[in-house]
Amino acid sequence: MFVSRLSLTDFRNYERADVELQPGPDLFVGSNGQGKTNLVEALGYLSTLGSHRVSTDQALIRQGTDAAIVRALLQHGERQVLVELQLNRSSPNRAQVNRSQVKPRELPRYFSSVLFAPEDLALVRGDPSGRRRFLDELLVLRSPRLSGVLADYERVLRQRNTLLKSARAAGVKGNQLGTLDIWDERLVSLGAEVMVARSALVTELTPEVTKAYTTIAGEQHDAALAMRLSMFGGDGDDDAVEVEPDAERSGALDVEETAQAFKAALERNRRSELERAVTLAGPHRDDLVLRLNGMPARGYASHGESWSFALSLKLASAEVLRRESSTGDPVLILDDVFAELDESRRERLADAVADYEQVLITAAVFDDVPDRLAAHVVRIRGGRILEAEE
Amino acid sequence: MYEGIVQELIDELGRLPGIGPKSAQRIAFHILQTETFDVRRLAEVLLEVREKVRFCTICGNVSEQETCSICRDPRRSHTTICVVEEAKDVVAIERTREFRGLYHVLGGAISPIDGIGPDDLRIRELMQRLGDGTVTEVIIATDPNLEGEATATYLTRLLVQPNLRVSRLASGLPVGGDLEYADEVTLGRAFEGRRTVEA
Ligand SMILES: Nc1ncnc2c1ncn2[C@@H]1O[C@H](COP(=O)(O)OP(=O)(O)O)[C@@H](O)[C@H]1O
Ligand SMILES: [Mg+2]
Ligand SMILES: [Zn+2]
Repeated sequence: MFVSRLSLTDFRNYERADVELQPGPDLFVGSNGQGKTNLVEALGYLSTLGSHRVSTDQALIRQGTDAAIVRALLQHGERQVLVELQLNRSSPNRAQVNRSQVKPRELPRYFSSVLFAPEDLALVRGDPSGRRRFLDELLVLRSPRLSGVLADYERVLRQRNTLLKSARAAGVKGNQLGTLDIWDERLVSLGAEVMVARSALVTELTPEVTKAYTTIAGEQHDAALAMRLSMFGGDGDDDAVEVEPDAERSGALDVEETAQAFKAALERNRRSELERAVTLAGPHRDDLVLRLNGMPARGYASHGESWSFALSLKLASAEVLRRESSTGDPVLILDDVFAELDESRRERLADAVADYEQVLITAAVFDDVPDRLAAHVVRIRGGRILEAEE
Repeated sequence: MYEGIVQELIDELGRLPGIGPKSAQRIAFHILQTETFDVRRLAEVLLEVREKVRFCTICGNVSEQETCSICRDPRRSHTTICVVEEAKDVVAIERTREFRGLYHVLGGAISPIDGIGPDDLRIRELMQRLGDGTVTEVIIATDPNLEGEATATYLTRLLVQPNLRVSRLASGLPVGGDLEYADEVTLGRAFEGRRTVEA
């Protein structure tokens, strides 16, 4: 698919903007702070229902106004689809597809994109939470039903942690907590579903990551993925806990076995969970382990290698999405990434994205972007589209 | 901000569930400006409802007397009890005309986040009603969301006893939803398709 026209009203620093886009590369150029990221953030929102920069919608609505509108005309093969989203400051957001009302959460069915940003380096170097988010966003893009499973898991987790806290405060023993078992059962079945879905995704991503890494780095390396499962003792979020070497799994997991293992972990942890009033194992504590030539990328990989890995993860996710899509390729969005890369990585990234239907690129410095991605240039200043050059 | 009493009215209206600042303002001006709107009548009804309406001492449904009209109705089957979260769910189920038994209103669902445990619900009252063996079937119709399901599971385990059939409304109800908002047809079908649950 590709976006043929994007219109914004009161989105971030745009009062009104209208821009015609072309299939293939579109390059947005402007100095820092002018609104390049804002523009592509609007598109990213349509496919992930969130911003990669902020967790609430408030910051997306232009200061002093009550509602922002994002309108994108999409081309799915021969078919045109007009997608509209209104973000409201004090009432629920609204969405339309071809002028008929839909639920905002249905929008990702019509538009999918993969956004690359400087923040992606944290996928390799940052906390496990960023890697979990990466996997979960991709899971939801591929199968929207899972957003309900993830949300339910989070809610059961909150219910359970609150129950543990009040039990601790009241000095109640675990076996007197009749309702803990009930939450545990839900936690186990939802949690197993999340773990199984993530592991299936990781299994599918692995060969794509290996391939993408070789493309980006320009030489053969062993880039591999595995899940580190907290139910086997591998708690990446807790530095106090020794990581169990056999907590890593690289193949797909079986639902029954996963549920059994999760249940066993809850039983094993019960005493310390009652003491600490938190849930110590489960998908909320799992990590995606990235290995480069056998060593964990986090802590071992160089700056350049870390960037190659981060880009490979994003390229692999685009590849997986494209394979399953009925509406064409996801739109690739490269926000300010060329500035982060050395000359040779820039060229190889340009090669790697060349055959996608549409690639949107932002850059502060025109010369950072390889020539072949500068076919259609749009200049941006102070929240305005200045002109488009061919 | 409006002056004095007008703003007070908007603030009071805004405290009602489901009414945001904008609606509160709209209602306030409707009350102020619409000649035909009978303010006195509304005020009277508000006072009356607080004075007259109580909760049925048997089932917990709203009632103008000691017991509600459903509990007093001799034509209704006294062998079946349908357990719901709120009184508004009774209204939703009554609309389907599928159910001819009695109700039991729990007053909510188990939800630690909201500080609600089993002891905060009318579960003890339910057990008392089951004491004399008249009731042979309990239908659990809590909301099809996490808290409603947790409450249903808790009750199911508690209610294991000889000669008592326990069933749960069949799904088909929108998951994550409120019973109250399910349409009549869906809710009616859910009643027909209820299934016995294993403890
Ligand atoms: N809600 C908002 N209302 C008005 N201006 C905003 C809003 N959010 C961000 N901005 C402005 O947008 C600018 C940043 O734009 P951005 O797209 O991040 O820049 P860049 O071109 O460097 O990518 C800043 O000047 C910021 O003040
Ligand atoms: Mg930027
Ligand atoms: Zn009654």
